[in-house]
Amino acid sequence: MILIGLGIALKGTTYRLGTPMHMGPGFFPTGLGVLLVLIGIAIAAPALAPTPEGEVQQDESILPEHPEWWAWFCILMSPVLFILFGRNFGMIPGTFACVFIASLGDRKRTWKSSIILATVVTIFGVVLFSYFLQVPMPILTWGDGL
Amino acid sequence: MIHTAITDLLYGFTVALEPHNLMWCFVGVLVGNMVGVLPGMGPLATISILLPLTFGMKAVPAILMLAGILYGGQYGGAICSILLNLPCHPPHAVTCLDGFPMTKQGRGGVALGVTVIASFIGASWGITEMIFLSPLLVKAALQFGPAEVCSLMLLGLLAGSTLARGSPLKGVAMTLIGLFLGSVGTDLETGSERFTFGMTELDDGIELIALALGLFGIAEFMSSVNQVAPINTRYTHVRLRDMRPSLADLKKAFFPMWRGTIVGSLCSLIPGTGPTIASFVAYAAEKKVSKTPEKFGTGMLEGVVCPEAATHSSIQGDFIPTMSLGIPGDAVMALLLGALMIQGIVPGPQLISQHPDIFWGLVASFWIGNIILVILNVPLIGIWCKMLAIPYRFLYPSAMFFVCIGVYAANNDFFQVGEVAVLGLVGYVLLRLGFHPAPVVLGFVLGPRFEENFRRAMLISRGDFSVFVTRPISAVFVGMCVILVGTQIYVRLRAKGPAKNDTGHTDASPPITQQMAPQRIPVTPAE
Repeated sequence: MILIGLGIALKGTTYRLGTPMHMGPGFFPTGLGVLLVLIGIAIAAPALAPTPEGEVQQDESILPEHPEWWAWFCILMSPVLFILFGRNFGMIPGTFACVFIASLGDRKRTWKSSIILATVVTIFGVVLFSYFLQVPMPILTWGDGL
Repeated sequence: MIHTAITDLLYGFTVALEPHNLMWCFVGVLVGNMVGVLPGMGPLATISILLPLTFGMKAVPAILMLAGILYGGQYGGAICSILLNLPCHPPHAVTCLDGFPMTKQGRGGVALGVTVIASFIGASWGITEMIFLSPLLVKAALQFGPAEVCSLMLLGLLAGSTLARGSPLKGVAMTLIGLFLGSVGTDLETGSERFTFGMTELDDGIELIALALGLFGIAEFMSSVNQVAPINTRYTHVRLRDMRPSLADLKKAFFPMWRGTIVGSLCSLIPGTGPTIASFVAYAAEKKVSKTPEKFGTGMLEGVVCPEAATHSSIQGDFIPTMSLGIPGDAVMALLLGALMIQGIVPGPQLISQHPDIFWGLVASFWIGNIILVILNVPLIGIWCKMLAIPYRFLYPSAMFFVCIGVYAANNDFFQVGEVAVLGLVGYVLLRLGFHPAPVVLGFVLGPRFEENFRRAMLISRGDFSVFVTRPISAVFVGMCVILVGTQIYVRLRAKGPAKNDTGHTDASPPITQQMAPQRIPVTPAE
């Protein structure tokens, strides 16, 4: 909790752009920043204050009981791979990589099921988005990089 | 007035019944219903994922479809909570209390059947309310100057952030972050860049879809991956024959239905109190009115019907401020409004007169959509139940693809796909810390307009802040803000002082969100 309060407070102060002159572009964000600092302090204050009778009932740990580092990594990698493969090789590899890596995150996955799933979604996705919705993304290219 | 309302409504039906619009309404309702049944996918995630699909459409079918997803999802959620004891969406958490015991007694079919009827009545009432109240509101709103608009938005933002789930203070913090994110990009009046960190891609601001998909899509997947337990489908064999309620059941359900409807519509009139609060208040009220309050929780039909009717009437009611004033009450409404803005339509009081096809078409489509839902739900419940067997591990990777391609298709820009990933991570961290991301979207959508009106008001008053208090209409809104914040502080202080002996509305937050029961000292935002 303290971290959050500090984080928001810091955010507020670092983002003070411009001066509150006659409605410059910085006025509104500055106001927001100040408010955020206030609220951040208000949230952090009870956490900073010595807790009266050992109120430990709130476990403020950021991590859940079973951190799923691998799954989180897979999910976050999924759009990244989509960007990389989509930009360089086109829609089919992009989609395949995106679905494939995301499905690897689940503990019950098998290589086979992931590949099958990724293939099915790729076929479906290309048909839907490329042919029906005309998304202007090359289906297959090589190293064009847009 | 009634005459014009009827002609307008008839016009709306002609719009909504155009084959093209009707088809998309049907698609929206169907998808919403389907996804509503699936645990782990709320209407927010669904609407954000399907938002990009609407870019290629005209405005009317787009908004009809998105609205259809919303109320279709509510029907689906009811199925889920009655048959599986899984409150997929918070408004249905109370329905579980009596709905699941009914299922265990083998009366799940009846519960579903009556729920469909109750929802329909609730929704119809909400729609009627919308028809008559919206033009009135618009008439009033057209006289608003920037100062009034500004304080009204302030009220909407405050209500949306403090009355929603979780700690009000954190809600306000989230709204502020949303406002801040909304100010990223080129400044409207001076054209200078703000918070772009030298990235030209950020000049146009952060994309609403990227924000919504990051916060409600990716963050959701991250928190529920490997967490979704296999579902007990023991009770899901409901046959069509079981769903027909007996005359006695209908009689028993009749008055609770109307009571729920009234409660729901009242709740929708208070800004910020969405369907969740409505359903809890309705359940509590029904228990008070009942002759046998001790039987609640053991499978009382009244306990299912009343909150469901309340949910539906309040959802329709939520559209009133969204469509007539351009002030959304919660994140779902903010997304719908965002969808309209993407179509190039400026929300606000002028919407009804400038785009009558959208407004009245939407109103008429509510009715058509609800009828479609009643027809759909009866034969399809068995199929929905089968859908529950789809494992999450197939679901979320496919959804990931939709997220990626959807964001890409919005502007054909890979940069925004990266935005989604970053925002998803941020959203997940916030979620873990007890900050609910919904108010962020609210702030984000309203932010630029808030700033614009704020500046305009300041310009007119020559930098005098008292303009918000000296203009009467504006003063009323500011006063309501103060009351809102004041009651929050009062309730909190009282809950802190003596033991919680008061089981009033304040305790009526859903069990899911209670894990983050707030115990912080609220501070009046320095106005």
